[in-house]
Amino acid sequence: MSSTAHLHGGIGDSIKRKEDGRFLRGKGNYIDDITLPGMLHMAILRSPHAHARIKSIDTAAAGAKPGVIAVVTGELMAQHKLAWMPTLSGDTQAVLATDKVRFQGQEVAAVIAETKYQAEDARDAIVVEYDILPAVISPDGAKATGAPLIRDEKEGQKDNHIYHWESGDKGTTQAAFAKAAKVVRLHTFYPRCHPAPMETCGCVADVNPGTGKATIYMTSQAPHAIRTVFALVTGLPEQNIRVVSPDLGGGFGNKVPVYPGYVVATAASLLIGRPVKWIEDRSENLISTGFARDYHMTGDLAVDKDGKMLALRVHLDSDNGAFFSDAQPSKFKAGLFHIVTGSYDIPTAHITADGYYTNKAPGGVAYRCSFRVTEASYLIERLVTNAAIELGIDQAEFRMKNFIQPEQMPYHSATGWVYDSGDYPKAMNVALEQLGYDEMRKDVEARRKKGEVTGIGIASFTEVVGAGHGADFDIIGLRMFDSAELRVHPTGKAMLRMGTKSQGQGHETTFAQIVAEELGIPAMDVAVEEGDTDTAPYGLGTYASRSTPVAGAATAMVSRKLRDKARKIASHLLEAAEEDLEWERGKFYVKGSPDRAKTIQEIAFAAYTNLPEGMEAGLEGVHYYDPPNMTYPFGTYAVMVDVDKGTGQVKVRRMVAVDDCGVRINPMVVEGQIHGGLAEGFAIAFMQLITFDDDGNCIGSNFIDYLLPTAWETPKFETGETVSPSPHHPLGAKGVGESPTVGSPAAYVNAVIDALSPYGITNIDMPVTSDKVWAALRSKGVTE
Amino acid sequence: MKVTMRINGTERGGDVEPRVLLVDFLRTNLLLTGTHVGCDTSGCGACTVLLDGEPVKSCTMLAVQVEGRDIKTVEGLLQGGALSPIQVGFHEEHGLQCGFCTPGMMMVGSALLERNPDPTDEQIRWAISGNLCRCTGYMNIVKAIKHAAKMNQEAAKAGSHAEAVPAGGGE
Ligand code: FES
Ligand code: FES
Repeated sequence: MSSTAHLHGGIGDSIKRKEDGRFLRGKGNYIDDITLPGMLHMAILRSPHAHARIKSIDTAAAGAKPGVIAVVTGELMAQHKLAWMPTLSGDTQAVLATDKVRFQGQEVAAVIAETKYQAEDARDAIVVEYDILPAVISPDGAKATGAPLIRDEKEGQKDNHIYHWESGDKGTTQAAFAKAAKVVRLHTFYPRCHPAPMETCGCVADVNPGTGKATIYMTSQAPHAIRTVFALVTGLPEQNIRVVSPDLGGGFGNKVPVYPGYVVATAASLLIGRPVKWIEDRSENLISTGFARDYHMTGDLAVDKDGKMLALRVHLDSDNGAFFSDAQPSKFKAGLFHIVTGSYDIPTAHITADGYYTNKAPGGVAYRCSFRVTEASYLIERLVTNAAIELGIDQAEFRMKNFIQPEQMPYHSATGWVYDSGDYPKAMNVALEQLGYDEMRKDVEARRKKGEVTGIGIASFTEVVGAGHGADFDIIGLRMFDSAELRVHPTGKAMLRMGTKSQGQGHETTFAQIVAEELGIPAMDVAVEEGDTDTAPYGLGTYASRSTPVAGAATAMVSRKLRDKARKIASHLLEAAEEDLEWERGKFYVKGSPDRAKTIQEIAFAAYTNLPEGMEAGLEGVHYYDPPNMTYPFGTYAVMVDVDKGTGQVKVRRMVAVDDCGVRINPMVVEGQIHGGLAEGFAIAFMQLITFDDDGNCIGSNFIDYLLPTAWETPKFETGETVSPSPHHPLGAKGVGESPTVGSPAAYVNAVIDALSPYGITNIDMPVTSDKVWAALRSKGVTE
Repeated sequence: MKVTMRINGTERGGDVEPRVLLVDFLRTNLLLTGTHVGCDTSGCGACTVLLDGEPVKSCTMLAVQVEGRDIKTVEGLLQGGALSPIQVGFHEEHGLQCGFCTPGMMMVGSALLERNPDPTDEQIRWAISGNLCRCTGYMNIVKAIKHAAKMNQEAAKAGSHAEAVPAGGGE
């Protein structure tokens, strides 16, 4: 079907995607496309209040509605010890509320009925009486004296504080600040937003009453970890749980956590003995499932008289919502935020973080982000631009002066990271060249003279992705390795299965290309399967840009294992010593006589038909890869904006993105990932906002209030690349899905701040909307 | 209520409550699950189908409103069992990632090309501005629709206008 189908599809080939066919025909298999015989439908009743005590729940009228099979309340769940469940951050979360509701949209009851329409009708007939309590909607509110105690059910919980966490060295940082010629401060709020994949979350739970086997089709980015969590929560034996993650209509972190709906649907199927489908509507998705960010950050950068950075100090308050359910490695309470020194050689740093409960939805997911690296990158890049403006140094020059140099790699950062590789000056130079920075700077000056408001923003971000290694990185104790199992069939075609789960990233193509490169079987001959825990090897899943760094490495390693066995078989077939064989992609040949050769297909056939004496049959293997370090993708983004003084409207004139994600396996797919991330970065910078009124009502519960950019608003992107291979990854690859969302918000906002800097404006919190820009200009006396 | 309509060239019918949304009728009654639901409040375009050749959001119409009319869904895009130019365009230009928005995007794209066989980038961006995509940043969707336009033009030049082939047979 494709003009490139004949290509071998090794590393670096932009072959067209193998998974496209079914999607183009409308034959994808997303969660809501699954229908099982006898399947029932579930609708969830949610709290209209942010904070209220439940006085009573009356389900009689609902239970009497046509088609209703059951009405489930927290009380019923409590009888089965399922009213609460553990979170991924060691807290607990209500499955169905029993005592209080703690955020608007919280799950209170569920109706199971023959059809979706009947379930929703009956849901609306449930009567709940509430005693409304005052709501807490920010960390400041949570700290205030006399603030209502949100988690009054937790033993020993006296206030709304969740955690205090520190990184770096307080003493050396203080000392460095004391010597600083200049200290630049930025206080900024990275507001709450939501990943909002086009497909919402849902499941079809099918507990077989005969065998007790629970098959749960679920929108999950991490099906294996979810299976283990389910086993722990429900007490079902793990071999009797099968989680299947079908085609996912995007995820972006939103589909990592376990949501109460999954648990209730599974319990209902178990009790009723029929499959139960639950599909969220968009409002439910936006108000109750994994939000992102909501960090209030203050950063201080100490600089000496020559413009060299001396130290960084950051404090942040994290708004975690009603339950601490951040999906993140358990050692790190604020995710990987301590990467905040970024691309700069800052000798010392000190970071403090405090987390607070509020009457808002829980979540704290890594929205296209490696566990809070987005917040870190935003803070440092905004701070650096502000410092440059304040010091009167060009933004690019100030960065150049302070970059970690390529010869410092591997670089030990002040907060304990070991950067694997990178050439920051080079990526910056490529980006500046592509933008035509010097020309554009002159253009800006000329336009400003004419009274125009225009500017350039730069961000030179560093990511840290590909968790683990397992000793430091775990999710509820599960080490963050990942896996690949490769089976080569007698005809030389192969099946690759992994512990990850694509949500649109093109795994069926990219990972087949790794096999094509390493084992010589053309990519078109390698089927890739993920997401079924009964068939795929255990893995931690796809998020935090870890699939290529971890499962991609596992795929390379298992291919190499099979190649080693293939060499032995080839030596038998060719009657030549193993060390006399040369490997060329797809075949072994005898050194010096290239026509004495056996292709990998011939070897595969022999693996089942004509083996050397004593060798196990088959050509199959599995590899569990625990990475020795994280990978550190980076890049420089440069943005030009024009601001309309009259309306405050910002227009992005140009967006140049130079990414270095190491070796690119399928450059077309990588470029597609970058486009998508740059659009989401644009969305976060200018549009997307989940906010709350004083009573805790969520503003942003639909696509009219929660603005996603269309093709009309989204800028056109100009991309470029440099390549610094990861020295420890078997293919030199680093992961890329998130770099553009991590790096671009600061670039966009820096451009606006640069444009407004002649008026003395140093910060506008995201999203940078026209009204905020307009008000900022007015506050500085611009009246035009 | 009985309802009959022509879907992808074939007469289809059913018995539905008057309140049933067109998208639910397509997906649940007719098992045409290629049409997706991203919001059910007219905000995303994932449910876009063609009603008498015009894109409509099938989450915002009742099945009974379509009585006697003509609907085309993604399942009706194939031409003689082969991918149509709009489908080829999305494949060749990497215009889809998760694929969830893709049916709606392709329906809007194909309707645009009926009206305007040679659209500019801006015209494409405007035409698809009722459809959200979270994965692609739209860059390659624009290219995909241009690719299809070019294929149509080349086919027209070669004398066998691709769009003259009646739709259908794709279910
Ligand atoms: S589902 Fe119809 S517009 Fe979103
Ligand atoms: S391809 Fe995923 S929403 Fe468009």
